[in-house]
Amino acid sequence: MKRRSIFLNTTAMLGFIFLYAPIISLIVYSFNKSKLVTVWGGWSLKWYTELFNNEQIMDAALVSFNIALISASLAVVLGTMAGFVLSRMGRFRGKMILSGWITAPLIMPEVITGLSLLLLFVAMENMFGWPAGRGTGTIIIAHTTFCMAYVAVIVQSRLASMDETLEEAAMDLGAKPSSLFFLITLPLIAPALISGWLLSFTLSLDDLVIASFVSGPGNSTLPMVIFSKVRLGVTPEVNALATIMIAIVAVGVLAAMYQMRRQTKLSSGQE
Amino acid sequence: MSISSGSAWVNKSASGMARYNLFRRVNWGRLGVIAVPGLWLGIFFFIPFLVVFKISLSESAIAVPPYSAMFEWNLEDAYATFKLNFGNYLYLIEDDFYLDAYISSVKIAAVSTFFTLLVGFPIAYLIARSKPSLRVVLLSLVILPFWTSFLLRVYAWMGFLKKNGIVNEFLLSTGIIDQPLIMLQTDFAVYIGIVYTYLPFMILPLYTALEKMDLTLLEAAEDLGSRPYQSFFLITLPLAIPGVIAGCLLVFIPAVGEFVIPALLGGSDTLMIGRVLWDEFFLNRDWPMASAVAIVMLVVLVLPIMLIRNAQGKEEVHS
Repeated sequence: MKRRSIFLNTTAMLGFIFLYAPIISLIVYSFNKSKLVTVWGGWSLKWYTELFNNEQIMDAALVSFNIALISASLAVVLGTMAGFVLSRMGRFRGKMILSGWITAPLIMPEVITGLSLLLLFVAMENMFGWPAGRGTGTIIIAHTTFCMAYVAVIVQSRLASMDETLEEAAMDLGAKPSSLFFLITLPLIAPALISGWLLSFTLSLDDLVIASFVSGPGNSTLPMVIFSKVRLGVTPEVNALATIMIAIVAVGVLAAMYQMRRQTKLSSGQE
Repeated sequence: MSISSGSAWVNKSASGMARYNLFRRVNWGRLGVIAVPGLWLGIFFFIPFLVVFKISLSESAIAVPPYSAMFEWNLEDAYATFKLNFGNYLYLIEDDFYLDAYISSVKIAAVSTFFTLLVGFPIAYLIARSKPSLRVVLLSLVILPFWTSFLLRVYAWMGFLKKNGIVNEFLLSTGIIDQPLIMLQTDFAVYIGIVYTYLPFMILPLYTALEKMDLTLLEAAEDLGSRPYQSFFLITLPLAIPGVIAGCLLVFIPAVGEFVIPALLGGSDTLMIGRVLWDEFFLNRDWPMASAVAIVMLVVLVLPIMLIRNAQGKEEVHS
């Protein structure tokens, strides 16, 4: 056992270094005074001030934030319904097709999703005059569509692992379907809804390909601006932006981790 | 079965009974829950493919939008024309460029999936065999990069791999090499990028499979004189196969259609079909050709994967 552990620990350690070295280098070089990535010019917050003074990036960040907020919320509503269709609706005509539609966005290459939605929007505009032009609205529709698939899968697995006796008891006691849902089922699946919302928010905030297809002129999201900057080479402002985003995510994940550890301790203490 | 067996608020009696109920009294709540996501996906997920298929059969034109109309009619002389153009598909077959791009995408995705498995397995194994309290920490460390921006993680490798980047500077300073290696804008960089960004997708299913494993099997094997590597190949690996398959699919599927990684890390000769479609659309503005590429990609790459996944799902239900 011991000998194997040494080999295993080294390879796994190398794996973790592989995972974190690029992220750490981004953080370190965001504080670099010199513009050259490999030359260390001393510590400085210069790139952070440049970042906050860069109107293009700040505007795009606001646009992306709004889109992510709305898309994630819509995706949670639609995705929860879809999750119920997958796990609690019994059989009905067309269930196979609908289940296929619900999970297919998960494996669809982004370029295809983006192209097909753009062509749909163009065709619809020609036929009904809606959506007039493309912009935030069309990006929200596109993001909602692919994010709801993730929410549906999360909600479905939560419903599948849930104790149904509570719902049965409520129904035996005469609860109406609507009160059953809002008083019993919804609180029980709330953790799944929260993680679904957070995942959708992140996915929407991060999407470059689909947004590039369905956005109109003058409606650049944050990833689109980053991509156009980064294509020309490494830019220290983007390092600063990355550091801020990583810090936010790290705080969130650490908080979730702390919560989980506490729960593990509580449950193991009870045993 | 008790009266309220199965799901509570849905009348989940025998299906014949349910259909009978549907005729007598429409259950609006149930209908709404099915119809709302159904309509949304029908309009924004299914119909778009029909539109793509339609446009793949039209001709590129200098117009807004830049393709010819399939159906035209002239009321005055009561003359209707219906034009189908298979030229895009013919061109796809005739020009080796597209075939090469499809093959090269599958090759790049397959090779990187294999390396992701090689890197991911020891990590997943270590996590599955560590103490529960440490497990949570290590799992969070694996998931943390997944929550940070994909684009920025790919970008981080640009600073690492470029000619005067961190890797080259390090190797030069230690004297391992005297000339900087050309790594950025090569296929090698694309492999690294895919392995790096999709590693969490590989580790999590592997971990789930390894964690479920019954460790007494290994003890039994050891008692019977099996060497550690024999136990690994004869017991651990076969039991981890479901995780290996799930992880490989989770990496391979998105990697085939990848655009960002080849665009930022790959060279101009790195052929991947997602990038070809992007260039066809954004650079050549040839919407019909881009649509034809998408349809072929859908039929050749996506549909088989969906069928495999379906078959897998059914197997799980049976077992």
